[in-house]
Amino acid sequence: MPKGIIETVVARHRKDRTRLLDIVRDVREELGRITPEDTALIAASLGVSTIEVEGVVTFYHFFGNEAAGTYAVYLNTNIVAAMKGSTAIKAVFEKAAGVPFGNVTPDGRIGLHETSCIGMNDQEPSAIINGTIFTRLTPAKAKALVTAMEAGKDIRKLAVPLGDGANASKVVRSMVHNNIRRKGPVLFAPFRSGSALKKAASLSPEDVIAEVKRANLLGRGGAGFPTGLKWEFCRREKGQPHYVVCNADEGEPGTFKDRVILTEMPHLLFEGMALAGYAIGASEGVLYLRGEYAYLKPHLEKVLAGMRRKKWLGTGIAGKRGFTFDIAVMLGAGAYICGEESALIESAQGNRGEPRDRPPFPVQNGYFGKPTTVNNVETLCAAARILAKGADWFKTLGTPRSAGTKVLSVSGDCKKPGVYEVPFGLSVASLLAMAGGGDARAVQVGGPSGACIPRAQFERAIAFEDLATGGSVIVFGPERDLFEVVRNFMDFFVEESCGWCTPCRVGNVLLKRELEKIMAGKGTVRDLEEIEAWGKMIKATSRCGLGQTSPNPILTTLQNFREMYMAKVDAGRAFISEFDLEEAIRPAVAVTGQKPAGHAAEADHE
Amino acid sequence: MSKPVIATASLAGCFGCHMSILDIDERILQLVELVEFNKSPIDDIKTFTKPVDIGLIEGGCCNSENVENLRSFRANCKILISVGECAIMGGLPAMRNGIPIRECLEEAYFHTPTIDPADPRIMPHDEELPVILDRVYPNHEIVPVDYYLPGCPPSADLIWKALVALLEGKPLDLSYGLIKFD
Amino acid sequence: MSNIIKITIDGRECTARPGQTVLEAAAANGIYIPSLCRFEGLKPAGSCRVCTVRVGGRYQASCTFPVSEGMAVESAVPDLEDMRKAIVEMLFVEGNHMCPTCEKSGNCELQALAYRFRMLVPRFPYLFPKKAVEPAGSKLLMEQNRCIKCLRCATGIRTKDNKKVFGPLHRSVEKKLFVDPALASALPERWARKAMDRCPVGCILRKEVGFAVPVGRRKYDKAPIGSDIEKPRS
Repeated sequence: MPKGIIETVVARHRKDRTRLLDIVRDVREELGRITPEDTALIAASLGVSTIEVEGVVTFYHFFGNEAAGTYAVYLNTNIVAAMKGSTAIKAVFEKAAGVPFGNVTPDGRIGLHETSCIGMNDQEPSAIINGTIFTRLTPAKAKALVTAMEAGKDIRKLAVPLGDGANASKVVRSMVHNNIRRKGPVLFAPFRSGSALKKAASLSPEDVIAEVKRANLLGRGGAGFPTGLKWEFCRREKGQPHYVVCNADEGEPGTFKDRVILTEMPHLLFEGMALAGYAIGASEGVLYLRGEYAYLKPHLEKVLAGMRRKKWLGTGIAGKRGFTFDIAVMLGAGAYICGEESALIESAQGNRGEPRDRPPFPVQNGYFGKPTTVNNVETLCAAARILAKGADWFKTLGTPRSAGTKVLSVSGDCKKPGVYEVPFGLSVASLLAMAGGGDARAVQVGGPSGACIPRAQFERAIAFEDLATGGSVIVFGPERDLFEVVRNFMDFFVEESCGWCTPCRVGNVLLKRELEKIMAGKGTVRDLEEIEAWGKMIKATSRCGLGQTSPNPILTTLQNFREMYMAKVDAGRAFISEFDLEEAIRPAVAVTGQKPAGHAAEADHE
Repeated sequence: MSKPVIATASLAGCFGCHMSILDIDERILQLVELVEFNKSPIDDIKTFTKPVDIGLIEGGCCNSENVENLRSFRANCKILISVGECAIMGGLPAMRNGIPIRECLEEAYFHTPTIDPADPRIMPHDEELPVILDRVYPNHEIVPVDYYLPGCPPSADLIWKALVALLEGKPLDLSYGLIKFD
Repeated sequence: MSNIIKITIDGRECTARPGQTVLEAAAANGIYIPSLCRFEGLKPAGSCRVCTVRVGGRYQASCTFPVSEGMAVESAVPDLEDMRKAIVEMLFVEGNHMCPTCEKSGNCELQALAYRFRMLVPRFPYLFPKKAVEPAGSKLLMEQNRCIKCLRCATGIRTKDNKKVFGPLHRSVEKKLFVDPALASALPERWARKAMDRCPVGCILRKEVGFAVPVGRRKYDKAPIGSDIEKPRS
């Protein structure tokens, strides 16, 4: 009985409203769906209003569908997936299952859903089925998957062959490949467990912060805020307790480096979190893991258990009295916006992942309103390495302003897609040479919210002082239609806007519409001026980083590939109507059987 | 010098905006001194007989005849003005936008309470009839429009002031209260 | 704290209290910064962005941004005023705002801002979304064609035991506000009216109530929104 099951699940989570995401996930897993009745039962068990629970359920992509199907297929449709053949795979799924995407088969068995980047850009086309990742899909494989789902088979058994490294381990058992193409000294060099924590424990918290500051470690998520300074601000705050939150919600299309770090270097990350806790005076840490990477959760839990056994977590870490720290892994549920730190905190508290107003900043008012430092996966790993090897060593890497290395996720039209750990300051051209993408027409640095740059700028450096990036690098070959790229990115932002503020919620829809008008050859020079003006306005007035960067695909291509736009617009005309009389009367003619003579015919030949 | 020529039309509107034009009261005598009317329901001239300076369009486009009419106004008028909510944004007729055309037509001709259940259900389909469009379109989506006078209807004052400003070539002083959407 | 903060708004010297937002400080000094989602007495949501100002070259929603000593605020400058107008225009094309049929016409804050900004036609194409009129419990209606997602209802209308009566569903342009029908039905009459009055547009309606004030005597018939705050420069 749903009621019994729901009450059991809610009780398992101690009737804790802040665990709503976990509750919804568990209920959905056990019942295979979340109906409005289920939502009402959850609300009643938690003693809150139904609208509150419904608001959370409908916010997240992986919860939103009332009926997801016994087997819920989420096919990635981002631009690189499309470049690698996801359209053909989509058609195979639809034909074999007999329903179009966005639907569930009549027997409720198979649900077909599109989703944005799932962090597998180096092995597309890919899909998630009931949490299991399928990469490098072929039409034959897609067909076999449908057959297996129809036969009610255990889908996990079809996830073969297994990937490399820890992906092949018993606890992960995933098809995913790491594709580590270049190992650098900070992230992917061998790391002796405990070396960072022992060093940290030998210092005062203030000295740990000083060391990280001296290393000039800047946040790796893309914004580049000085990590040591953030920790110092947080440490100074009087409210108690303090929290460390690790942002493992990499959702920028084209980024997947955190996936590889979490697979191969979780012990490095967890040491980074623990020493961050030591530095800011926190004993609790939260790893917020994007829902797409749920398959890594058992692996991460296992590593955490091992670290607890060895006393690298828990109380008396590294033999130091009072050094207490532990980490909980929390799962997201498909929302790009949760990569924004305040939205992530909201989500971790079981709410809709909507950003907060700032100030106050998370260091003042974060997780449960307490001082919280939110750091990127790569940042925390780098901090651990800095403690282990010293700030001086760290500063020998990279450029004077951007110390250290950057892990890049390279995908698209290149021979060797994968993860590259390179020193800051590397030129785009050198990266392309490494990755086998030398003939690129354009490179998207920093994902859709970053910039699309032309060949003429390939000598620019990947560094905070030039091309700052969270790590996504997408290569577009000489034949790629950049309009399709821009449209795909705008689709993404329209879908992922949390809808809180007007410019982002409405403005992106309008931008996309205007772009499509231009793409259809109905644009004028005035339309180009307008799309640029609107884009700037949306950037200026949006509430958070999403809307402040969402016009970038249009604005950066307008700037760098203006000739492409000029070729699409009719420079000689001041007004082009999108109205097509024949199209506009078609539905009525189909109903009435009226012959479109008289007015319609004349009017169209004006 | 000949007087400026004005033409008017009501597309998918209710003629309320035309009533508002007439609502300028005794100023209409002044208007007749100032301008000459060409194609308009006011003087019942059916076709353009000369080039027109100012075209006033009430209503948006809900059928093929509206589109034809609007295009012919654009072709014959130097300045085209969308007058009233329907011309500017579709107005009340646009409340059907989003509802499938079959549903609209069946509601109107099959299910309406005034239809005798004994009567046969006939969907009008004579080829002389204008064909209804998939949705109601604001005029500026179909042809370029130069000015907009909002209101349902725009007040007689707004119409008067706008016409005078245009005729005198002066900017329109939009003091508060002149613009209303209802 | 009794100390006074000095700030300037468009070069005009103003005094403010610590903890005040820029918008509150402006109002206290007789300067109206247009806003829409804000409602006196409720925690501002910062959702509409109409009140955007520029501080030190950065854009901020003045309804949520706190004042600080020496702050120089730009507000009534042409580019910002155009952005505010554009945001109002976005809201007009996002919904189906049929003012002539609306119970709130004349008292509607969205419409009032459009009047204040002399909006004749939005610069954006109308999106004509398909929305419905929905019953929201036994007392209220929600005219979804008119909702501007200001979140006043979600923030301000709660039950006695602090349960949310209204709340947002979905995200992106699909976002909509709705109610817990049982809780909405149980709202005391005074609170049902409050829900309607707090809604800046004609989305939340008390059933069987409307068009009570005749044309000419409605809130924004004679004087623009914000004129109660504005003081002429001395």
